[in-house]
Amino acid sequence: MSAAHWRRAMNTQSPGVRVTVSAQAPVVQSTVSRSPRYSTPAYQGTGWWSRLWAPVHLRHWVVMAMVLLYPAVASPFFTYQIGAQSLALGLIALSLTFLGGYGGMVSLSQMTVAGLSSYLIAIFGTSSMQAISLGWPWWLAVLFAMLISVVFATLIGWLSIRTEGIHTIMITLAIGVAFFYLTQQNYVLFNGFQGFSKISAPIVGDVDFTNPVAFYFLALACALGGYGSIKYLVRAPFGLALQGIRDNPRRMNSLGFNVTAHRLAAHAFAGLLASVGGILLVWYNNRVSPGSINTGALINILVIAVLGGMKHPLGAFIGAITFVLLQNFAIDLVDRQRFNLVIGGVFLLIVFFSPDGLLGLWHKFRSRWLVSSTASAPGSRRS
Amino acid sequence: MSRGRLAFWWLLVLPLSLLALWGLFDDVVLFLKTFLNGLTLASLYFIVASGFTLVFGLMRNVNLAHGSLFLVGAYVGWIVGDSTGSWLLAVLAGFISSAVLGVAIQIVVFRRMQGEDLRQTLVTIGLSIVLADLMLWYFGGEIYTFDPPAWIYGTMSLPIIEKFPTYRIVVLLIAIVIGLLLWGLLNGTRIGMMIRAGVDDRGMLSASGVNVQRIFALTFALGAGLAGLAGVVGGTALSISPGEDTRYLLASLVVVIVGGMGSVPGAAIGALLIGLAEQFGQAYAPTYSVVFTFVIMIIALAFRPRGVLGKTT
Repeated sequence: MSAAHWRRAMNTQSPGVRVTVSAQAPVVQSTVSRSPRYSTPAYQGTGWWSRLWAPVHLRHWVVMAMVLLYPAVASPFFTYQIGAQSLALGLIALSLTFLGGYGGMVSLSQMTVAGLSSYLIAIFGTSSMQAISLGWPWWLAVLFAMLISVVFATLIGWLSIRTEGIHTIMITLAIGVAFFYLTQQNYVLFNGFQGFSKISAPIVGDVDFTNPVAFYFLALACALGGYGSIKYLVRAPFGLALQGIRDNPRRMNSLGFNVTAHRLAAHAFAGLLASVGGILLVWYNNRVSPGSINTGALINILVIAVLGGMKHPLGAFIGAITFVLLQNFAIDLVDRQRFNLVIGGVFLLIVFFSPDGLLGLWHKFRSRWLVSSTASAPGSRRS
Repeated sequence: MSRGRLAFWWLLVLPLSLLALWGLFDDVVLFLKTFLNGLTLASLYFIVASGFTLVFGLMRNVNLAHGSLFLVGAYVGWIVGDSTGSWLLAVLAGFISSAVLGVAIQIVVFRRMQGEDLRQTLVTIGLSIVLADLMLWYFGGEIYTFDPPAWIYGTMSLPIIEKFPTYRIVVLLIAIVIGLLLWGLLNGTRIGMMIRAGVDDRGMLSASGVNVQRIFALTFALGAGLAGLAGVVGGTALSISPGEDTRYLLASLVVVIVGGMGSVPGAAIGALLIGLAEQFGQAYAPTYSVVFTFVIMIIALAFRPRGVLGKTT
């Protein structure tokens, strides 16, 4: 939630509350939010049903219809290579957006967590390496992969939250690269340089998830779940406290919030999202090797998150689509091997001129050219 | 000595010295050779990481393009060495080219984004991607090696281990000289005084009439130049190829995390620990050599979150 959102939320409180709310105290906001009175006018429906649908606007329906109808109009290539890959990568980037944008902890090891869960799917499930793979049923493999990845993410969090800000990037990068070297050197568990191949998505009942359209919908469901849970979480007491900690850890600490526990929980939740993304990615690629978690891959997730914008969960997916499109079509414009130059250049441009990513660019554009139309739009509230 | 530091030393130093004793009695030659190799690697790491830690200490800026500066210096040094045939000129060229590039980055990028830590870091990541690809484009994926002059080429005889490459001893000496020079610069000169003052309180230094931007540029040039110098020196000891930038970036990251951000002696201690751990790991447990590095980092972080010599405030 951006500062502008906060201000808007502040101003829509009832006058009695507003007296106690200082201009820059998200802390107070979070305590207010716990009281049953917390509700912006848009949420004051008559029953739970209308309250549930109140935050859903026309634009949500339009986007929903678009993503649902997408496989019907797009070719299997676009559905699978562009659509499903963007959703899987977006989910991993989303975990970084949650940590970085709402928790203030930019972690480069989200791809490492995703990579671990990819590896675990290969180790627990079936792959070409029968000597290592245990051949468990897919649901058990998925369950354990997610469980272990979340524990791993929590451990990374435990290490990295001992430091702050810029140190966090360094430590998570070091952890990520160390894990990369481990998978490359270890043959007993990770099968070294080769990694695993022939890992396919499961067949559940009548649905074969190796089919592009079915897999697209699986990825879409996971992505929507992740997006929705973050949208919910950042308005729940936990998310509000987390944002308070991002803005001022010392003040939150003196107010009695357990800063360490909140940060750790954020890491665990982000780990869950990343591990789901990793599972989707290994089913998408059908293989996993140290190359999928090398420094380039770690940085790519950061590029995706920053490209889209870390202020809103939607940014992760916008960044992922842009990234995947560039990856697939930039080679038509430049030499095939110069993709890194293109993506690095785009990344530099974005960081230089729009630190809030493409979403920030859109907001700038909207506030400059479309002010009058947004003022009367149903979604906006008076400020 | 605080309890954290005490626990750290007990957990790290005691098992290590026990292992060292075992290694010494098991196979003296292997042990000493690995020890010397570890010192060589530590020297390289120290040269790279001292620049990194200096820049961080003064500007609070994690320059993730530091590995690229290393590689740029190495490649430029190689071109100069190839055309002039002089290794010393190559070292000089490596230092100067990286220093110039570093100053350019400082002026174009960091001066415009003062105080925006995260954005600066992101820019350096973008720069490292672009620079790595440009270098791959121009120099290709081949492996480049340097020809050191005859007087440091070959082997020399040492007690117990009979033969050891002379050049590796030279690398160790270079690192010691650089360390002493840095120490002299920081503790004995006016500029060093200003740099140290800047590390402690930038605002106050600026308020007392010092041109902080010039100090920043100078420090950045020095740090970047050291990376470039390490490129040529390290390229001679090992080799130069794409991907070395990430390797040395990771090494300096870990060294600086272990040793303490912004402390040159800390970088020396960190480099020693990591270099020795890597070489001993490769000699005694090849599959898990990276795990040793990692374990050291975890122990350091768990007990000394700001590094062995980091400030506790």
